[in-house]
Amino acid sequence: MKYLLVNLVLITVFLSHKGYLKDIDKGYGIGDYATDFSLPDINGERVSLADFKDSKGYLVIFTCNTCPYAIAYEDRIIALDKKYKIKGVPVIAINPNDPDLQPADDVQHMKKRAIDKGFTFPYLVDEKQEIFPQYGATKTPHVYLLEKTEKGNVVRYIGTIDDNYSNASAVRTKYVENAVDAMLKGEEISLTTTRAIGCSIKSRKR
Amino acid sequence: MIRSILFLSILVLTGCGVKESKNTESENSELVTNEFTTVDSLGIPIYKFDELEPLLNKKDDKIYIINFWATWCAPCIKELPYFEKINQQGKTNNWEVILVSLDMPSMWKSKLIPFIRTKNLQSEVVVLNDPDQNSWIPKIDKNWSGSIPATLIYNRNKRKFYEQAFTYEMLNKELREFK
Repeated sequence: MKYLLVNLVLITVFLSHKGYLKDIDKGYGIGDYATDFSLPDINGERVSLADFKDSKGYLVIFTCNTCPYAIAYEDRIIALDKKYKIKGVPVIAINPNDPDLQPADDVQHMKKRAIDKGFTFPYLVDEKQEIFPQYGATKTPHVYLLEKTEKGNVVRYIGTIDDNYSNASAVRTKYVENAVDAMLKGEEISLTTTRAIGCSIKSRKR
Repeated sequence: MIRSILFLSILVLTGCGVKESKNTESENSELVTNEFTTVDSLGIPIYKFDELEPLLNKKDDKIYIINFWATWCAPCIKELPYFEKINQQGKTNNWEVILVSLDMPSMWKSKLIPFIRTKNLQSEVVVLNDPDQNSWIPKIDKNWSGSIPATLIYNRNKRKFYEQAFTYEMLNKELREFK
C-alpha cells in the first residue's frame, strides 16, 4: 500500500510537471459546464442565468467602463444583445474589476455608463471577484458563449467578438456571431477560441 | 488510505499550480476616437505582425527582452522603469530591451509620443498595429490570452513568455536563467 501511495504521488508530480494537469486552475475550456451565479446589477438587484427561463444560451461578457478595448466594443456588445436576445441568447455583462484598484469601475460609474450608452443587457458586479476566475477570464472584454442544455450551461466559444477592434466596418470575421448562429442551428462551431489584446482584470487576489 | 492518497495528490497539485502574481494598479480611463495619425510624423516604426516577427526571432548571441505594453495600461507603466533600468545594463550583459506598444492609432500622437518624450525612454520603442489579433497572438505564445503587460525573453537557445507584470528583482532573476 505504501508503494501505491508513493507511486500515485510520483505520477501526480510527473503529470503536473509535464503540464498535463497544470491547466486545471485556468478556468473553462470548450465543452465544460459553466457555473451560474447570483450577482448584483447596477441597481443592486440580483441576476442569475437561471432567471432567463426561455433562453437557449447566454453571451457572458466580462467587460468594464475603463479599458479602451472594452469601450471600443461597447456598441458592438449592445448590437449583439439586440440581435440575439430575441433569438434566445441574451448578453450578460459582468464587470470583474476591483473598484478599490480601479475607481472608475465602481457601481456608480457602471450605472452612469449603462444609462449613457443605453445598455440593453444586465451589467453585473463580480462583487467577490469569484466568478471571473472560475470562468478563466483574464482581461476585458472576454466573451463566453454558453449553450443551455438539460445538464447545464455548456461553454461553446471563448474569446473576442470579431477580428478588428479598431474599426467595426473593416471586420472580416464576426467570431461571436458565427458561433451563436452555428449553435442555434445545431451545427458545429468552426472557430471555438480566439485571442485578442485586452486589459488585465484588476484584482488583489491574482 | 485512499483518502490520504487523494489528499496528498491534491497537496502536490496545488503546490505546483502556483499562480504568477498579477499587478493590481488601476488603469487610466480612455476614450477611443477614430482620429488617425500618419506614420511618418511619429518617428517610430509602426509594424504589422509580419514586420515585427523578425525582432522576435533574432539569431545572434544577445538576449532580447520584448515587452508588450500601452500607455493606457497602468501595470505596464508601473513596470516600465524596470525595463529601462535593465536596458541601461545592456552593454555589459549583452542584452537589449524592445518595447512593443499596443497603443491604438488614435493615441499615437496624443499619448504615446508625449509619453516617450516626457519619460525620455531609452529602450527601442516600436508600435504593433495589427487589428487581426487572433492571427498573431498565438504566434507570440500559444498560451497568451492577450492581456498586457506581457513579456517575451529569448536568446537563440531559449525563449520564455510571461503574461504578468514584473518587479525589477523578478526581471533580474529571470534574466539570470538566460545567461
